[in-house]
Amino acid sequence: MKDADETFLKQDRTVPLREELRPRTVTTPDGQEITIEPLKDYFCEAAPKVHPKAYFQIVEDFYNWARSESLWILGFGTGCGAIEMRPLMTPRFDAYRYGVQWRPTPRQANLLMISGYLSVKTLKRAIRAYEQMQGPKYVVGLGSCTINGGMYWDSYNTIKKLDEYLPVDLYIAGCMPRPEALLHGFMELKKIIRAGQAEGANRYAENFAQYKANQKSVIKDWDMPDYNW
Amino acid sequence: MSFEWVQIPYAVLTLLIVLNYGLLMTAVVQKIAARVGGRRGIPVWQNYIDLVKNFAMRSKISHGVMFYLGPVFRLSGGVGLLLFVPTIYGSTWAQNFSFAGDLVLALYFVFFGTLGMALGAGESGHPHSAIGVSRGLSQVTMAELPLGLAVYAIAVQYHTLNITEIVAAQQGGLFNWTLFTNPLATLAAMFALVGTMMRAPFDVVIAPQEIPIGPPTEFHSAYLALMQTNRAIFPVAKTVIYMNLFFGGASNWGEFAIKVFLLYLIPAFIGVVHPRFRVEQSIRFFLKWGVPVGILAILMV
Repeated sequence: MKDADETFLKQDRTVPLREELRPRTVTTPDGQEITIEPLKDYFCEAAPKVHPKAYFQIVEDFYNWARSESLWILGFGTGCGAIEMRPLMTPRFDAYRYGVQWRPTPRQANLLMISGYLSVKTLKRAIRAYEQMQGPKYVVGLGSCTINGGMYWDSYNTIKKLDEYLPVDLYIAGCMPRPEALLHGFMELKKIIRAGQAEGANRYAENFAQYKANQKSVIKDWDMPDYNW
Repeated sequence: MSFEWVQIPYAVLTLLIVLNYGLLMTAVVQKIAARVGGRRGIPVWQNYIDLVKNFAMRSKISHGVMFYLGPVFRLSGGVGLLLFVPTIYGSTWAQNFSFAGDLVLALYFVFFGTLGMALGAGESGHPHSAIGVSRGLSQVTMAELPLGLAVYAIAVQYHTLNITEIVAAQQGGLFNWTLFTNPLATLAAMFALVGTMMRAPFDVVIAPQEIPIGPPTEFHSAYLALMQTNRAIFPVAKTVIYMNLFFGGASNWGEFAIKVFLLYLIPAFIGVVHPRFRVEQSIRFFLKWGVPVGILAILMV
């Protein structure tokens, strides 16, 4: 992981806020004048917290088993890998058999699949989606693009190592990995969760400053709050 | 109606049975729908695991008091519906808290959860929730209209608003069922059954592919677990009403399980072969086909 040293953080790149995020005064229909500060009013400013495990190990093991058997994927297709996810819903591969289901909202999902290369623009959305998910949450990087940049290694607008920006639990290598590889990846992820090693959400909270520094070093037009819940 | 303390543990027992039955049955129906698509589908115990997982989520955020109360209202709508309707006819302990005129209360409870949900989803502040709830309310209101008419018809037919008496009047053979004594009212009520079960073609409210995913967009962790519990109880409780009113009720748990399952399969089977209606299309559908049948049923009586 990159060092978030002082000189690095001091590189001040203030971007003017987008129009809709600027503080403004609005007259309500009944004539009141109210001030709206979108970044404060629409978002929560609290930083992520480290959540402890259950007190009894046996309870935690039981919870981990339930978590591993009920993986709800956020349907967020970033690169070409998104197309390898679709066969998993169809009769040939049918991932529903293994407790893998797709949820359309980040609030209910607990597994974020980064399916392929991430352009900087998409990274911003991926971060927002990840931060809106509720812990414990897992990130799986799909394809070589998320590991070392893959064929986009010298691209000017694509991130290379996903692990610098989000806490990745598992990579599935390949360009692209076939659906069989994805299924195998799910099985491996289940083992990791059952062993209690998938603590990505807590890792993210512990190293929050580092992750933020890395994210802001590539996202030039950072115009959202530091933590989207 | 006389009240005895022993009714409370009996009611809790009924609730437990129905909860487990609902969790298993919805999974089986989902498996059937998956088989139609050529898949194997989820394991039958998947609903239990999902429930445990959602309770085991470590972080949850709230958007305010109503956000808490939304799922609670929804669940109390389902539980209330179940508790005020006699589940098993003639059983001393599964009568629950039924009393004269409980049919009106049951109709109210069918709607209660949706209204509570509207408040909770409204406070979550997500535009999809607000749109979903307004769609849901308009569609469910319209779908309940044929049921209201059908209930009116059979209330006139049996001269009572007590569900137990209506079930009693249908005993003694297949042809005493309302299905045969008043087929039009049954047909009208079937429109409402299909329309309020939140399955295709009337599932635009919570469809993941439309406004993802409607009212529950912001609900997660334990809130979602409460709503999942309700999704197991509520359809069964609703189907119990239809079973009591039109299909002769059930005199034991076996008959209950079979009848509810078969009734639940009607919207499921219609769902797997039909594309989705938009809200205005479904409203038009119920006005054009459901309501006239309901009015005819009243006229026939």
